[in-house]
Amino acid sequence: MEIFILYKAILVLVVFAISLGVAAYSTYGERKVAAFMQDRVGPDRAGPFGMLQPLADGLKMFMKEEIIPTVSNKFLFVLGPSLAMLTALMTGVVIPWGGDITIGNMVFPLQITDINIGILYIFGVVSFGVYGIMIGGWASNNKYSMLGALRASSQMISYEIAMGLAIVALVMTTGTLSLREIVTQQSGNWVNFIYQPLGCLIFIICAFAETNRAPFDLPECETELVGGYHTEYSSMKLGFYLFAEYINMFISSAIIMSLYFGGYNLPFQNYIAPYIDGNILSILQFGCFFTKVLFGIFFFMWIRWTIPRFRYDQLMNLGWKVLIPLAIFNILITGVLMYALGKV
Amino acid sequence: MKEVIIGIPIQWYIFLSIALFCIGVLGVLFRRNAIVIFMCIELMLNAVNLLMVAFSRYLGDTGGQVFVFFVMVVAAAEVSVGLAILMMIYRNTKSTDIDTLNRLKW
Amino acid sequence: MLLSQYIFLFLSFVAIISALMLVLDKNPVHSVLYLIITFFAIAGHYLLLNAQFLAVVHIIVYAGAIMVLFLYVIMMLNLNKDIEPHKKNIPKVAAAVAAGLLLLSLTALVNGAEVNMLPAARNSNIGLMDNLGKTLFKEYMLPFEISSILFLSAMVGAVFLSKKEIH
Repeated sequence: MEIFILYKAILVLVVFAISLGVAAYSTYGERKVAAFMQDRVGPDRAGPFGMLQPLADGLKMFMKEEIIPTVSNKFLFVLGPSLAMLTALMTGVVIPWGGDITIGNMVFPLQITDINIGILYIFGVVSFGVYGIMIGGWASNNKYSMLGALRASSQMISYEIAMGLAIVALVMTTGTLSLREIVTQQSGNWVNFIYQPLGCLIFIICAFAETNRAPFDLPECETELVGGYHTEYSSMKLGFYLFAEYINMFISSAIIMSLYFGGYNLPFQNYIAPYIDGNILSILQFGCFFTKVLFGIFFFMWIRWTIPRFRYDQLMNLGWKVLIPLAIFNILITGVLMYALGKV
Repeated sequence: MKEVIIGIPIQWYIFLSIALFCIGVLGVLFRRNAIVIFMCIELMLNAVNLLMVAFSRYLGDTGGQVFVFFVMVVAAAEVSVGLAILMMIYRNTKSTDIDTLNRLKW
Repeated sequence: MLLSQYIFLFLSFVAIISALMLVLDKNPVHSVLYLIITFFAIAGHYLLLNAQFLAVVHIIVYAGAIMVLFLYVIMMLNLNKDIEPHKKNIPKVAAAVAAGLLLLSLTALVNGAEVNMLPAARNSNIGLMDNLGKTLFKEYMLPFEISSILFLSAMVGAVFLSKKEIH
């Protein structure tokens, strides 16, 4: 029992540390990618290739003066970024990071917890994530923050529907809501992207909208709203919002990879697996998953520095008039095909 | 952990949902802001939901939990229509105070 | 006292206190946040009752959608000031007395009733999704379809109501 608790605690700490580390280096990666796309050099002063830039940024965030507007509700003003950070970190719990590690006769799966409603849990946490932005934007007592918060909430609610409908089609084909089972089904088999290309596309678009990333970063678009919902924030509270966005990006990339692109499975795993020891295979799987996730993050940045921002009415039209009907159509097609192929 | 429920008498759940329901009634009578009154109605619905889940668990019958779904459906429909009506009222009266709605026309 | 009883008492305490604060706080935004805390406590009760699926759906529907709508409307109407005019004391006292009497009579009703201790934990798996799904799509198929029609009509109604007037 003690070993079990110790193992869970270590796993939680490792996932926590990895999320924060990846988020910190995503800021560096983002600036490097942007520089590459715009034919610049990017950060190169702090350390070799500017590798220490995230540390310098973090230090700057901590050192800055902390300003709390006098007219705002102080408790809610602090609660906003904390909630954003909390919900960003909570999602990593159900993601399977790799296969099992066997030490002696004990088996340790590389997943914090495998609940049988894993996807719904993620939805619950994501749907709660909007409160961090709404409360922060409201407590700032600033019209730009307020507008950003209103935009964020309506955007996230609208895209959640399409996201849920895209998942329904996936669940119809897999028959389970447990993320580990979905990943296991894809080993030595076609990945789910082959069965659900339309659903995957809808899910990725909605993931962009849910994480407030470009081209859907209207809640914080600086050309219209100064800084959006975090206009009034400074020092580490601003850092929390920015960090939460990068963690969300990491987690949603991990979810996309687990649901649609085979998760931690190696390519051609069935041919390799018999020749390799189980533990080494698990570590390889973790490495493979991590590579996939890093590519996902790169994809997020690639889109951001390529596609211009949507206008707000275009965003709403895309969500309600294109994605939701397409997602329903996708469910219909999936049902008909499953019935025709006798899979029901 | 599976059988964690053993040890909680059903009466506790009944008393809890009675308390929540009565707080909801108090809010409906006490407040004049129509939106808060709406929220109190949601609270009353939830008190009933909780009791239904508790009974369904104690009786080992799935029907109670399925009914909670229908209550949620009704609550969501009610909120969407109700808030739309409130928005229209606000556009006309510039207030969500229910005491301004004592006329049949304005 | 068992561990589950302590959890029950803690969750109930949180639920009742935040429900009271929902009623008593003058600021509508604070009321929304207190109601969200109440909903989380109720979701905790669902987990305690082994109804995991319902707990998650409860969070998604109530905390994730309905309360966001409330908060959205309150923010859009800019009701964050304590605009509620001071109410006379007599209606307040009357409201409190009425609610208190309801509480008293309901409690007395349950207290006086002969409650057989129901057999606890007859089937602990009823809250799991496959059992719920089977019941929902077999026994309750017609109500399910009717509720979807209800949803559709509510959607049409909400869109129609909140549209600007057509001249």
